[in-house]
Amino acid sequence: MRRTITLNVNGESRSVDVEPNDTLLEVIREKLGIKSPKIGCERGDCGSCTVLLDGRTVRSCLILAVEAEGHEVVTVEGLSSDGPTELQQSFIDHNSFQCGFCAPGIVLSATELLERNPNPDEGDVREAIAGNLCRCTGYEPIVKAVMDVVERKAGK
Amino acid sequence: MPELKYVGTSTTRIDGAEKVTGATRYVDDLDFGPDLLHAVVVESPYAHARITAIDKSAAEAVPGVVKVITGQDFPYRFGLYMKDRYVLALDRVRFVGEQVAAVIARDPKIAQRAAKLVEVTYEELPPILDQAASVCDGADLVHPGLYDYERVPWFFPKKDTNIAHWRKTRKGDVEKGFEEADVVLEDTYTVPRYAHCAIEPHVAVGLFDQSGRLTLWTASQSPHTQRNVFAETLAPLGLSHKDIRVISPLIGGGFGGKAGVTMEVLAAVFAIAVKGHPVKLRWTREQEFGNTYQRQGLHAELKMGATSDGTITAIEYTMHWDAGAYVEYGANVVNAVGLSATGPYRIPNVKIDSLCLYTNLPPGGPYRGFGYSEFHFGLESHINRLAAKLGIDPVEFRRKNAIVEGDTLAYGASMNPSGLIEAIDKAAEAVEWGKAHEPSGPGKVVGKGFSLMWKAPAMPPNAGSAAFLKFSEDGSINISVSGMEMGQGYLTAIAQIAAEVLSIPPEKIRVETPDTDRNAYEWQTVGSHVTWGCGNAVRDAAIEARDRMFDTVHRALGYEVDDLYLEDEKVKCRTAPEFELPLPGFVIYGIQMEDGTFRGGPVMGSGAFMPEFSSALSDPETSQGGHPNVHYTVGAAGTILEIDKQTGKMEILKTALAVDVGQAINPDLVKGQIVGGLLQGFATVLYEDMRFDEHGRLLNPNFTDYKIPTALDAPREVVPIIVETAQPDGPFGARGVGEHTMIPAAPMIANAVADALGVRLKSMPITAEKVALAVEAEKE
Repeated sequence: MRRTITLNVNGESRSVDVEPNDTLLEVIREKLGIKSPKIGCERGDCGSCTVLLDGRTVRSCLILAVEAEGHEVVTVEGLSSDGPTELQQSFIDHNSFQCGFCAPGIVLSATELLERNPNPDEGDVREAIAGNLCRCTGYEPIVKAVMDVVERKAGK
Repeated sequence: MPELKYVGTSTTRIDGAEKVTGATRYVDDLDFGPDLLHAVVVESPYAHARITAIDKSAAEAVPGVVKVITGQDFPYRFGLYMKDRYVLALDRVRFVGEQVAAVIARDPKIAQRAAKLVEVTYEELPPILDQAASVCDGADLVHPGLYDYERVPWFFPKKDTNIAHWRKTRKGDVEKGFEEADVVLEDTYTVPRYAHCAIEPHVAVGLFDQSGRLTLWTASQSPHTQRNVFAETLAPLGLSHKDIRVISPLIGGGFGGKAGVTMEVLAAVFAIAVKGHPVKLRWTREQEFGNTYQRQGLHAELKMGATSDGTITAIEYTMHWDAGAYVEYGANVVNAVGLSATGPYRIPNVKIDSLCLYTNLPPGGPYRGFGYSEFHFGLESHINRLAAKLGIDPVEFRRKNAIVEGDTLAYGASMNPSGLIEAIDKAAEAVEWGKAHEPSGPGKVVGKGFSLMWKAPAMPPNAGSAAFLKFSEDGSINISVSGMEMGQGYLTAIAQIAAEVLSIPPEKIRVETPDTDRNAYEWQTVGSHVTWGCGNAVRDAAIEARDRMFDTVHRALGYEVDDLYLEDEKVKCRTAPEFELPLPGFVIYGIQMEDGTFRGGPVMGSGAFMPEFSSALSDPETSQGGHPNVHYTVGAAGTILEIDKQTGKMEILKTALAVDVGQAINPDLVKGQIVGGLLQGFATVLYEDMRFDEHGRLLNPNFTDYKIPTALDAPREVVPIIVETAQPDGPFGARGVGEHTMIPAAPMIANAVADALGVRLKSMPITAEKVALAVEAEKE
């Protein structure tokens, strides 16, 4: 039962033919050609497929594409049209990521946190990215980079 | 040594921006167009069985299925160090999940559906599921043909047994050593299997084009080694190295799991089966757990003796490894441990037996640390217990016996320069060793743990590295090498090494990911050796490029080559301070002469490195006579652990690791290895282990049941400490650090638990449950 859905992806209205059992992740990667959400476990454990759906992080492997019809999807490609955001630049400056496979998901989870709570403490940051598994870094340089942005914004 | 400008600075990663912006393309992100086919494998449900029939007709009849393949289509054996695997199981399966057949289809969902329709008939055989069953009298043979398998000359299988390799190391006289000892301690330690859990699963795409050229895109630590294994394996089809190309973009974590060849050989034969069409094979997370390499299980018997003044006199270490169904790579883990299981200690009398045993569990293989984490668990636990028996502080006991430069290693060679004593002192200081630490509340206790570590790269003596380097008009550089950036910061370190020689800032240097057609050779990115080995090759290439420039300046302008030097992207001359030749322009166009002609031309360089002093030839009964390891990286670690006595829940309040990297090419990236590696190590002791049922089925092949740490599970404070005792044959004195950082984690926790509770846990993992039960048992 293929059907055409329209959703807003990174600020652009996109129409795409989907099967009822296509996940949002499959459609983003294979039909829209946006590759930053990754396939890591396909069961919602690892968080590497994280995208923002109407501003909230979701596991795109657990959502059917048809559920996103008419909604707004943002991937890391859509965060900024002119270079890295302040948060992304902080991740670069702190050498926060190693292999980088979890980075798109963590960037989005941390972005969502700062949208909702501009003044989180370290525990809030750890909580916010606890659904994104990273095997390389021990998380410390990731948390530091987020806290650095928080402290700079608060003028500390 | 002149002052260093780029080496030793914490420059930001040259791959930082692309990773944070989502620009990085991993293999699964590459686009192969609408003709891309998808493969799904049919897996064995049995740990050990004979295949009596395969009926693929129902699968072949599914619309959209292009081809169904079985082992009979490609009856070739392969392997890195010993050819003991078939591409697809031929007549026998040896572990649950082994590939028996494959369906290639237009769509991955069609392939999945059709794979379920392949009917395989099995005749079950009794499985061997642990080391005891593997070596018991009358054990069934997992590989009846073992003794005839092609293998490297340093493996010693025992005919008509399940012992695929037995590494024996003998030094001095252990019986005499134990007689001289005032205290002798003997015990058994066990370590289960572990999974790498790189977040990127294995994926490979193959294309055998109409002209007969085979190209593989693989998520791999070992593109050149893969090409070599493919060429060996597919030689019966008339393919050779020139016909095969392996391209490996950045990988999403490796940890040893993407070394050698596992599922990639399937993509190679699938491509050949569907000539002209690209075909993709991507492992699911479950397959990632069950059918790549696993860290091998260890059953270890350890006996050590020491005199009352705290001098270790002898060690006898017998290790039985559960190496799984195929040991083509894993046997070398066993081998490496057999040479180095003394740990970083000066011990005059040594008897080590390291036995690689076939079982009907998934293939063992390389995992960050290459066996050293496993043997350190027992060794470093034992050191603490020996110290306690002697009434000596465990850090002091380690300090007294710590190996130093020039000491004789167990296999007879000499220890390289080492800052181990400095590392011990700094790690002890960081955790305030000897000072009591107040628990944060009632019902809680605090313990401190300590551990040393060492590790050498495990590599064949002729494992080589090479590098090409070329300039562009603006004075920027492209370096073509074939080491793999898997997160450790290799690209950045390589750029910094070239930057130092050529006075070019690292941000003007691109380092390319491997393509066996175009890039210079690299054996594999394993063993923490590429900063050292490939770094030497890059330094060599940069020096060649520099010398070309100097030669051109000499020919064009007459300055003496010996007076020329590079500084701030300019050629300068010691005897002519006014002379400055900027590299931009010159490095492509040369120098114009008065008559309008030019001298010079595009500047490039090539370099190569091989450790010409290394040899794997030695007496098989003693391991004496060779020089199998190029050098050891050493370190010391301490931790402060708080335990809730009621629940057993543990929290690492503080941990410090001091490691001697020779020269940190990039201190911040070294610290990244320390912080990240420690957490991976803590995970093996606090959270993770692979559980199998009585049929050899893996019970926890996902992140719900095999829990790796989240951001909430990290230690509260990690103190990374860099010690720098230069490695004379390393680039700017550097030696490797990637694997080492997880090695001390497990014994350090065991020692901290013992310190806090007086309970000695000798079996990994040490979970909260085990600790709580041990506390209960103590009460009774």
